[in-house]
Amino acid sequence: MAAENVIETDGLTKEFKGFRAVNNVRLKVRRGTIHALIGPNGAGKTTCFNLITKFLQPTTGKILYNGRDITAAKPHEIARMGLVRSFQISAVFPHLTVLENVRVALQRRLGTSYHFWRPERSVEVLNDRAMDLLEQVGVQSYAHLQAVELPYGRKRALEIATTLALDPEMLLLDEPMAGMGREDIQRISDLIQRVAKNRTVLMVEHNLSVVADLSDRITVLARGEILAEGSYAEVSSDPAVVEAYMGTGHG
Amino acid sequence: MTSRKAAADGRNVEMIVFAVLMAVMMVAPFVVYPILLMKILCFALFACAFNLLIGYGGLLSFGHAMFFGFAAYVSAYTVKAWGLSTELGILAGTAVAAGLGLVVGLIAIRRQGIYFAMVTLALAQMVFFFCLQAPFTGGEDGIQAIPRRALFGLIDISKDMSFYYVVLAIFAIGFLIIYRTIHSPFGQVLKAIRENEPRAVSLGYAVDRFKLIAFVLSATFAGLAGATKTIVFQLASLTDVTWQMSGEVVLMTLVGGMGTVFGPIVGAAIIVLMQNTLTGFGEWVLVMQGCIFVLTVLLFRRGIVGEIVAAARRRSDAVGREAATEG
Repeated sequence: MAAENVIETDGLTKEFKGFRAVNNVRLKVRRGTIHALIGPNGAGKTTCFNLITKFLQPTTGKILYNGRDITAAKPHEIARMGLVRSFQISAVFPHLTVLENVRVALQRRLGTSYHFWRPERSVEVLNDRAMDLLEQVGVQSYAHLQAVELPYGRKRALEIATTLALDPEMLLLDEPMAGMGREDIQRISDLIQRVAKNRTVLMVEHNLSVVADLSDRITVLARGEILAEGSYAEVSSDPAVVEAYMGTGHG
Repeated sequence: MTSRKAAADGRNVEMIVFAVLMAVMMVAPFVVYPILLMKILCFALFACAFNLLIGYGGLLSFGHAMFFGFAAYVSAYTVKAWGLSTELGILAGTAVAAGLGLVVGLIAIRRQGIYFAMVTLALAQMVFFFCLQAPFTGGEDGIQAIPRRALFGLIDISKDMSFYYVVLAIFAIGFLIIYRTIHSPFGQVLKAIRENEPRAVSLGYAVDRFKLIAFVLSATFAGLAGATKTIVFQLASLTDVTWQMSGEVVLMTLVGGMGTVFGPIVGAAIIVLMQNTLTGFGEWVLVMQGCIFVLTVLLFRRGIVGEIVAAARRRSDAVGREAATEG
């Protein structure tokens, strides 16, 4: 049956011209948890994230998703398996309408995405489902605007709606709060908590109060290696973690 | 529901514009020299095919003349030397362009941005030298005096006036297929890839497949345009495979408005008419073209049709925003 860990990496290593950005990382993400990956600048969080989402190919090591080896999979293939990522810079399709943004994610299930001879009407059957998703994140009133016109926080909400359209088993969020004001942070934070029910979330995040609020489990990376792991209370009292943050001057 | 209506409204407007355009073109040869009109139609189709790739797929090919020009040679040769009928000759040119598009596409889509453009340019130069050297193309002379045999053995097309309506039909078919492609499930994903490729990947789309299909379609219709042009002028020459021709279609698309449905048609008409009316100035036409290019980029970057569409959208977006704040 379903393994306890959704994601498991073993000896995950990435070298860039001799520099080890990620070194021998053994990460386990438990099913149904919100797992945060934190660490000072240059710790290898984003590299690690890109390895798991297959946007980078590891130098050595293995990645298992539900016990299945995905080390050699292509990024679009793992998306089809239910492992969907977001991006640091909000990833919407700026010159499509808000509705089309979500619909383009929904339409893959129709299996007609290569059909260049089929009318656009054939995907408009998805409009109602798309509106539902927009409503869930509270941007339904913007449906007909181009996504580029949305305020930043709403773009992130749209991005989450687009991700939810795929009904992924696991969400990988790359700094979901980057560049956001306090009000937006609260809203997106609530949203993540809501969508994380019966899903697994792995996120890279800088904002420690968000991490403290949201995550069930935290892995601290420093210089490409795992420094500590545990609940927020555990890692924040770990002297090695405190030193890593203070010692490099980032907090 | 309103979204379905809004999208349908947009398509209706475009179809009305197309119908009016067709009506005008039906009577146009009674006032304008038909050869000139056919030239415009061929270049308009060429630019529409190019626009499918850059305007909707975000891929800048700098070698599209290879499809246009090589298809011209193939249909010229098959009609003149093999004695193929006109329709089969045009189809042969188009099919070869599609095949060439598949090969070039497979190589070029491995790279992005400027590297993609450079790969297409390099391959187009190879096609150019092949056409210059290969015996069947007639080298500097080209292939001349291509017969215009009756279409399907029935319709006499030796007169420009009668052939004009055939060319108009070819253009309409090509345009409508490209239009459908843009407004299809495939077109939706293609636009998404243009807008944000990594995100399209993360939604599970194999983006290279989409790019390749778009590339082959674009090459096919560029080939159809070139093959038709060769029957119009009863001539296939090196001019159509040069890199300048690749540049010209970029210019037409930019002036008219890339990523708009009618922009390439407007752009093609302007550039062809300009070349035609300014022939007296000789090489200076190129200087004037250059100036127009610079002015387009500086003053109306979206192109003529692009600026019109943007102005209309600003109006409807303002309405949409009001609705959003109310709702």
